[in-house]
Amino acid sequence: MMTAFRSGSGEQFQLVESYRWIPDYGIGYRVGVDGVALLLIALTTFLVPVVLLASWHVEAKVKSYFVLILLLETALVGCFAATDVFLFYVFFEVMLVPMYFLIGVWGGERRVYAAVKFFLYTLLAGLLMLVAILTMYFRTKHGAGTTGTFDYREWLKLDIPKATQNWLFLGFFIAFAVKVPLFPFHTWLPDAHTEAPTGGSVLLAAVMLKIGTFGFLRYSIPLFPDAAKTFAPMMMVLGIIGIFYGALVAMVQKDIKRLVAYTSIAHLGFIVLGLFAFTSQGQAGGVLYMINHGLSTGALFLIIGFLYERRHTRLISEYGGLRKVVPVLAATFLVAGLSSLALPGLNGFVSEFLVLLGTYARHQAYGVIATFGIILAALYILIAYQRTMQGELTVEANKSLTDLTMREKFVIGPVLAVIVALGVFPAPALRVIEPAVNRVLVRVGQVDPAPTLSGATRSGK
Amino acid sequence: MSVVAQAVVTTINSPSIAYRLIAPMLAVFGAAVVGVLVEAFVPVRLRRVVGLAVALIGIFVGLGFVVYLADERAVVARGAIAVDGPALFLQGAILALAATALLLMGERAHADESPAASATLRPPQTETFSLAMFSVGGMMLFVSAQNLIVMFVALEVLSLPLYLLCGLARRRRLISQESALKYFLLGAFSSAFFLYGLALLYGYAGSVSLSALYDAASVPGTNDALLYAGLALLAVGLLFKAGAAPFHFWTPDVYQGAPTAVTALMAACTKVAAFGALLRVVLVPFYALRSDWRPVIGGVAVLTMVVGAVIAVTQTDVKRMLAYSSVAHAGFILTGVAASNRAGLKASMFYLLAYGFTVIGGFAVVTLVRDAGGEATHLSKWQGLGRRSPVVAGLFAFFLFALAGIPLTSGFTGKFAVFQAAIEGGATYLVIVGVVCSAIAAFFYARVVVLMFFQEPVADGPTVITPPALTSAALGLAVIVTVVLGVAPQILLRVAGSADRFIR
Repeated sequence: MMTAFRSGSGEQFQLVESYRWIPDYGIGYRVGVDGVALLLIALTTFLVPVVLLASWHVEAKVKSYFVLILLLETALVGCFAATDVFLFYVFFEVMLVPMYFLIGVWGGERRVYAAVKFFLYTLLAGLLMLVAILTMYFRTKHGAGTTGTFDYREWLKLDIPKATQNWLFLGFFIAFAVKVPLFPFHTWLPDAHTEAPTGGSVLLAAVMLKIGTFGFLRYSIPLFPDAAKTFAPMMMVLGIIGIFYGALVAMVQKDIKRLVAYTSIAHLGFIVLGLFAFTSQGQAGGVLYMINHGLSTGALFLIIGFLYERRHTRLISEYGGLRKVVPVLAATFLVAGLSSLALPGLNGFVSEFLVLLGTYARHQAYGVIATFGIILAALYILIAYQRTMQGELTVEANKSLTDLTMREKFVIGPVLAVIVALGVFPAPALRVIEPAVNRVLVRVGQVDPAPTLSGATRSGK
Repeated sequence: MSVVAQAVVTTINSPSIAYRLIAPMLAVFGAAVVGVLVEAFVPVRLRRVVGLAVALIGIFVGLGFVVYLADERAVVARGAIAVDGPALFLQGAILALAATALLLMGERAHADESPAASATLRPPQTETFSLAMFSVGGMMLFVSAQNLIVMFVALEVLSLPLYLLCGLARRRRLISQESALKYFLLGAFSSAFFLYGLALLYGYAGSVSLSALYDAASVPGTNDALLYAGLALLAVGLLFKAGAAPFHFWTPDVYQGAPTAVTALMAACTKVAAFGALLRVVLVPFYALRSDWRPVIGGVAVLTMVVGAVIAVTQTDVKRMLAYSSVAHAGFILTGVAASNRAGLKASMFYLLAYGFTVIGGFAVVTLVRDAGGEATHLSKWQGLGRRSPVVAGLFAFFLFALAGIPLTSGFTGKFAVFQAAIEGGATYLVIVGVVCSAIAAFFYARVVVLMFFQEPVADGPTVITPPALTSAALGLAVIVTVVLGVAPQILLRVAGSADRFIR
């Protein structure tokens, strides 16, 4: 699929397939990918085998576990590939069911609470989006009794009054803001991430959250360009709140999985900031950030999963000085952590830099404030590393830990390899992202601000 | 107008009846009568089999006639019965649902789990089949009545056997009889409301025929008080049968007390019949007044959805929970009624059929989870069911997800259809309330799933019997329809779409 995709093509979607499904309501099975969807599907299909291999230890109801993971993959890929909004919604909701069971059956101690909270939160938000979707559908009709369409490309041709756009934007916003999650809608995330089994956490953090940001980029902004411009300051503020809130709360966590969960809120804040800055660097950075966050957070959850299998605790205080007994595990943790805090040379740096650059180009204040978020990111990751891996071996049980097995190395190895590769050479990814992003910017009628002298020196620095 | 009506009354000619066009109902009533004869002449040990066979044959013949008549559009029996799209579609729906529910009723295997227990019980009753068939015939007449008197007669024909059926539980007799009495008393009240409304409308229009009422209501009237009061009282009678708030109070008690198979019949078929009549009444004679009744129906829909969804959250009995869920679903269907357009009619009809099969499936599972005292309906006993009988619990979870309206099940398609009709009809507020209530409802469906799958089984839990043949058939049908209408609803939508016009 990767090879069949031509980044220079003039069409927005490629590899399109389209069949009639429920013609009475203008619903079709329509799929196709643009650059953004392509990368996210690649991320999904890359991580699922990793997750399957990492789930070797699952003992209870093995068959159902793998069935659910594969169902989840289907729904995730479907979400990214759908170009029919009804189809997108179907995958968006169906995805909840396997994840609900994954958390509820194979999760940690508070799994029931986490599963139900996750399910209801996302379901309600999705249903509010359904109202907006139905309203859009109604607008594609030409008079009562005729059939409208759910074809995304047809929807782009609609001309919607500004006031209506605002309402519809809010309808989609709720669904995606919960998925991302943006600051006031985030409370389901720490519970779901923490209680989910390793495989579930990885897919949840690495891929599922991206449906929110993907949705903003694919649906909210192009369909409602005027409303998107109106709400952009609010979105950026929420993004920045997320960056600081996630970072500060992460720092004080006692549970290492919860810590990583909160870092996701911070990272996703950066992505939203980049997307709503409406500059090509900002959006391209935001999209690349989605991929990179998927890789780095996925890796962190995998490594925490390895630790948990050995010690059956997630408390940071139970660890310390592990570097001495499990050097390879510690090293992988360090690489993944550094990727997460955006060390130059690893993947996270490229995207974070682009996001900040793009934001600064248009909204200097937001850009400057967000930059402080990087410092916090360095703090929480390094604190976590220091407390778990460095220092003295204080806990007796840790002295007999075994290092990564061959299987575990095969699990984490490819992820780390991609982390390094994208850090050194992000150009191929950026090349497929750019046409998609530029199309979005044309929709909202924004061109990159001309680089002023000071801007030029800044980016050259 | 009134002169014409009097002329009809004074010279009583026996009306010519196009028997061909009412053949579906004749088949069902015929089977019901034959059922009575079976009861009288067939030896006891064969009665169940023969009775069930007669009933099912009646239903399938009726269904065959419905399909055969699919393109007929006529008013027969001197304007008393309409053979039009909605009537035929809903008759077909009632028959298909009744066949599935009858399979549950015909199940005998539960009766003999322990000889000691069955000694204290009455012998199995077989007159249930013919009672159910009378009721089904009444429902079919109810959705096709083009005349308020016929509609009232149909209402009684469908209700009386149901009152009896409710009281026939072989275990927990007291609660069953209580439910029958309650249903009877409240049902009689609602019939009285209906009749009073009918009388007022007759006073207004001088006729009980729906088309005459349409003519009378379309011109600016002289005596609007009669018209509006009549319509309101009529609506009370119909909303009672439909189980809409604030006329829903009988639902939980009756659903809980009645034998589960009868509950399934009521939840599926009675709902179809009640909504079919309601749709006909509001869309045929009073279509011109829709700006007046739409807000009222909308208000009832909101109240029904909220009451059903919120109160269901606190239920601890599976059957009561399903009862409140049926109240919430009545609210969703009312959303389609309040849309008051053809899309709404089509969507409501689709919803009724889809919901009917899902709810029968749900009750079929309830009949399988049993302990020493019969069905174990208390939710606490369902704890950990998924660990012990994953298939049955999985089926129930599937039905619950369908009731919650998760995509790729018929429940989602139905909700989607009524919501989009409501938006087309300009009732977006109903859709917003609807989705919020769906989420609240999802909470208690999810709670049952939690109970079954995420928690350890209790020590003295109920046993899940292997589904016997007839129950398996009913379950299989319910699952297939729920999946097919979720994944590939186009065919049925087309059928409903070709039947979305009432004859006036």
